[in-house]
Amino acid sequence: MNNLADMLAMDGHGVYVWSSYAITLVVLALNVVQPWLARRRLVNEEARRRRREVK
Amino acid sequence: MNWSFFHKLGSPKWFHDISGRWLPWFAVAGVLLLSVGSVWGLFFAPEDYQQGNSFRIIYIHVPAAFVAQSCYMMLAVAGIVSLVWRMKLADVALKCAAPIGAWMTFVALLTGAIWGKPTWGTYWVWDARLTSMLILLFLYFGIIALGQAISNRETSAKATAVLAIVGVVNIPIIKYSVDWWNTLHQPATFKITEKPAMPVEMWLPLLLMVLGFYALFTVSLLMRMRLEVLRREHKTRWVREVLEKSS
Repeated sequence: MNNLADMLAMDGHGVYVWSSYAITLVVLALNVVQPWLARRRLVNEEARRRRREVK
Repeated sequence: MNWSFFHKLGSPKWFHDISGRWLPWFAVAGVLLLSVGSVWGLFFAPEDYQQGNSFRIIYIHVPAAFVAQSCYMMLAVAGIVSLVWRMKLADVALKCAAPIGAWMTFVALLTGAIWGKPTWGTYWVWDARLTSMLILLFLYFGIIALGQAISNRETSAKATAVLAIVGVVNIPIIKYSVDWWNTLHQPATFKITEKPAMPVEMWLPLLLMVLGFYALFTVSLLMRMRLEVLRREHKTRWVREVLEKSS
């Protein structure tokens, strides 16, 4: 493996390897980001509700 | 034996406090393990003498399959705890782990299919390992759907717990499918009683990836469970305080 292109091509197996890793990365990220966003939504809703009560 | 931790587990507030302290550590460990493991596995581990570079998919395929199966066993244990001791947190764990388990099964199936093309010449065969993993995915779907279909919380907890416990029979079938039936799938990479069948520079990154997947699974599970606990207890004062502090 002398250059980057060869390294990424992985003797023709690159497309299989990289697509697998990309899909996995997306799924893992999704599983962490989704509950994080949901928690922020809950916090914001609660803050809005509190402001209404104060008024 | 001191059972006070078990009783504390029944307290949602205690769970929320302690899991909040653990989360960052699991997150850091998970990201570190996965970064080191995947760079090592992708660029530094030697090629397989038969499969060439396509074998590098093992570094995500095997960890995903590990987590998919242990997650299901965790569901069954949570189901028993939920049925026997009526512990609400066990039901929360069961409901929150099921989607992650489904995602991990999906990743294992999909990366397996992609790996199958260059090594077996086909994306899919209806052999025992692949079919039993597909059944695992459907079991996860069943538990998720059942939990969402029943609005009464206690009935829903009971029904999903029973399904989780009954479905665990599939786990040994997955595990021994490669020994019991003829298959294209290769046998187990790691066995408890034997040394791994691959050289250390191949299996060490795999071990890091497995640990990293477990750490990230824990992160996702704790985040989902904390959210679910807040939702279920949203009328209590401590939840109000937690939400106020976070905003």
